[in-house]
Amino acid sequence: MLPIVLLAPLVAAIVAGFGRDALGATVAKAVTTLTVIGCALLSWILFAAQVDAPVHETVKLMDWFTSGDLNVAWSIRFDTLTAVMLVVVTSVAALVHLYSWGYMAEDPDQPRFFAYLSLFTFAMLALVTADNLVQLFFGWEGVGLASYLLIGFWYYKPSANAAAIKAFVVNRVGDFGFALGIFGAYLLFGTVQITPILAQAAAMHGTTIMFLGAPVDALTCVCLLLFLGACGKSAQLGLHTWLPDAMEGPTPVSALIHAATMVTAGVFLVCRMSPLFEAAPYALTVVTYVGAATALMAATVGTVQTDIKRVIAYSTMSQLGYMFFAAGVSAYGAAMFHLFTHAFFKALLFLGAGSVIHAMHHEQDMKFYGGLRKAIPFTFVVMLIGTLAITGVIPFAGYFSKDATLEAAFARGTEAGYVAFVCGSLAALLTSFYSWRLILLTFAGKPRWAGSENIAHAHGDHGADAHAPAAEGTTDSAHAAVDTHGVPDGTGGYHPHESPPSMLIPLALLALGAVFAGWLGHALFTDPERAARFWNGAIVFAPARYAAIEAVPAWVSMIPTGAWALGLLIALNSYVWNPDIPASFAQTWRGLYQFLVHKWYFDELYDTVFLKPAFAIGRLFWRGDKQAIDAAGADGMAKLVTGASVGARAFQSGYLATYALVMLVGVAAAASWLMFRGI
Amino acid sequence: MSIGLEHYLWVGAILFVLGVSGIMLNRKNVIIILMSIEMILLGVNINLVAFSAFLHDLTGQVLAMFVLTVAAAEAAIGLAILVLYFRNRGTIAVDDVHQMKG
Amino acid sequence: MDVHAFVFYLLAFIVCGSGAAVILARNPVHSVLWLILAFFNAAGLFLLLGAEFLAMIMVIVYVGAVAVLFLFVVMMLDIDFASLRSGMAKYLPFGLVLIAVLTVEFLLSVGAWTFAGSTTAMRAGPILGTAPTNTQALGALIYTHYAFVFSGAGLVLLTALIGAIVLTHRQRGDVRRQDMGDQGARTPRNAIDVVKVRSGEGVVL
Repeated sequence: MLPIVLLAPLVAAIVAGFGRDALGATVAKAVTTLTVIGCALLSWILFAAQVDAPVHETVKLMDWFTSGDLNVAWSIRFDTLTAVMLVVVTSVAALVHLYSWGYMAEDPDQPRFFAYLSLFTFAMLALVTADNLVQLFFGWEGVGLASYLLIGFWYYKPSANAAAIKAFVVNRVGDFGFALGIFGAYLLFGTVQITPILAQAAAMHGTTIMFLGAPVDALTCVCLLLFLGACGKSAQLGLHTWLPDAMEGPTPVSALIHAATMVTAGVFLVCRMSPLFEAAPYALTVVTYVGAATALMAATVGTVQTDIKRVIAYSTMSQLGYMFFAAGVSAYGAAMFHLFTHAFFKALLFLGAGSVIHAMHHEQDMKFYGGLRKAIPFTFVVMLIGTLAITGVIPFAGYFSKDATLEAAFARGTEAGYVAFVCGSLAALLTSFYSWRLILLTFAGKPRWAGSENIAHAHGDHGADAHAPAAEGTTDSAHAAVDTHGVPDGTGGYHPHESPPSMLIPLALLALGAVFAGWLGHALFTDPERAARFWNGAIVFAPARYAAIEAVPAWVSMIPTGAWALGLLIALNSYVWNPDIPASFAQTWRGLYQFLVHKWYFDELYDTVFLKPAFAIGRLFWRGDKQAIDAAGADGMAKLVTGASVGARAFQSGYLATYALVMLVGVAAAASWLMFRGI
Repeated sequence: MSIGLEHYLWVGAILFVLGVSGIMLNRKNVIIILMSIEMILLGVNINLVAFSAFLHDLTGQVLAMFVLTVAAAEAAIGLAILVLYFRNRGTIAVDDVHQMKG
Repeated sequence: MDVHAFVFYLLAFIVCGSGAAVILARNPVHSVLWLILAFFNAAGLFLLLGAEFLAMIMVIVYVGAVAVLFLFVVMMLDIDFASLRSGMAKYLPFGLVLIAVLTVEFLLSVGAWTFAGSTTAMRAGPILGTAPTNTQALGALIYTHYAFVFSGAGLVLLTALIGAIVLTHRQRGDVRRQDMGDQGARTPRNAIDVVKVRSGEGVVL
């Protein structure tokens, strides 16, 4: 069954991708969607079996390559961690496939889109089922590739192209670290297979390698390199710049890749290699700090974004930070639990935002939203559920998992843990604030979308006439939208309508997950005895640690609840009761506001430090190439020939006298030579 | 003093050299070139006849006669070409004869 | 010094002088005239050498035909004196050096040499002491041993003749010419119209 789950999406992708002209759009879409839905069902069956009786098995598919002592094969590793990830990946992928029927309905390139989605699914499955690091890297690169293809799906938009390249290049930096980590692992352990590496990890604790004449702890080195790869994929601080720009892709892509699956690959890696990380405590500390910093930084930036998808993107980045610092304090079960629930409610939020965008005719700026709860009530309800989940309201999913991570950080007792706890709590406050801000801006208040260009185009498309956009100032009374008092409202005559069922069904299913996943799953993932049996050695699970988590002081477990309440109050205050607070905040704290709006100036920093020198070096080499090599080589040879021929041409002056002279010179020379050669 | 072979050879040499320099150094017109060629041939003839006289061998004179013949023919053709050239170009200045410039 | 030497030096001097004058004269007609003088004096030198037939031939052919031809052409071409560029080419210094080199080599070549021992035996047309006149001797040699060469020379002259005519021939539009091909291709049908004429009526052509 496992090979089917892994390979079926690949087959579907190939069929849909290459056969799209022969089969037609509908068949291509149906093939991919049904395949992934089938895989999802199979994954749930496997997961259910794993819950009952956890197993750990390896299924070898075929040999890949042999190089010296290194034998690498394609084989599937199945344990609880794999089962959890399979469920997450295939479920979200299936729902995204279904959702895309409605969202991408007007796009001319649908088969390509679905083929890419299935390709991505295959790559992600290859990543989570990998039995050795090289196969994992294959999946790693595969999801990077699929991400590039999907972000840049609308390739005729230059911004999409740029964003795709940015994503790929930034990921490449991380992948470089990952590759070095794999080399290091091979060097230390003599194999790239995960099972032997993890088995020997504890024994390798304390070995050192020499670097530049100084001894360096080998495992720390390897783990930090692997973590560098995880940072790239999971958009942690430093390698995060690609994630917000990746919102150029269609919303289903953002939901699948940048919420539920690809970005969680980093967390998955750390959890998969948990024995290795356990043997390198310094690396774990680094992981904790990075995760905490990311969680806080992303939350601060998310508070000032106006693009609905970017808010959710920064929210993703922040939640990933939570997962990482939970892993950093050795609470891998809590990290995976948060990954599990986050997949549901983040996908829900993204797909819900997609529904809003679809209703608002591709307008994404929240400045132009407002009052949508009456127009699209179903979307409003599911978004509300998602927000309740992410802000950690009991008994929704986020409450259990977020609390688990924060309590784990606190219970760890180390300095890193306390720092993570503080950062995480602050981030929870900010998360609540911006999540409720999103809801209030979008669904509450009065309609404000009259000034939107996208809406104006919608009006032109749907209206029978074509009058000028920008409804303010419209005097055509038949189309000027007025409310019952004769005052023009902000709708511009455009009335959003609810999305089609193909989009609403996935939303409903995900909403169910967001409601129940936490409550049903927390015992399974984090209960000291139940979870120990469940994980069955797939990740490092120390029951004592989890018992400590449950035994934290009461005030610690109240902090997240207090955070969401406070955040909700601030949001209500700023956007409902006193709506001029945001503007005055931006005025008073202008420096801080600009700093946040510019995302802590990371893009500008990277541009100055990396991009400009790189381009300068490139130009230098191009100049060298053109002037030195070309001039000496290709062009130089041509010029030599031309110059020589120009010089030779002087002999053919056409003047008789010159010819005669030359002849005379020749005669004189010959005569002289003849005469004097005997001397 | 008795005139020996070398005196005649000198004369032939001088005529030859004069003819060559006439071809090379003249900028006036093409007819000078043709006349210089005649002078070269004259120098050669003197040379041939001088040797014939001093070697008591008549072959030199026979050859000189044929040289004469060919010189006449060549002068005729050369002048015909010159006339044609002048008809087409309107000038026979040496500097203007450079259509074969490479 | 004896007359022979004096005559020789006179003739030689004039030959060389007129040779120089040919290339130095400004007026091309003068150049031709100097050339004629050179030819005459060269003929005189031939006489001194005992080749009187050749000398006369030189005068008749070279002076009488070639030089006159030159003169005809020079006069016919209507050369504009004013635009004649005088002065030597810019290669003059270099050219003079080259000439000097050549002259020196000639000098060296006539400096020290002797006849090879076998020259006497290699004579192809020996002049004996009691020879007939130069003309008869030449005739005896040419028409026997060099007959083919003589015919070849005739062919050369024929070629030159035809060539000169072909080169300079000009079609004149206002002169009626014969086209033999056309004439031969005439048939009675093209040329003759048979018309029955009634007396007194006349014919319309």
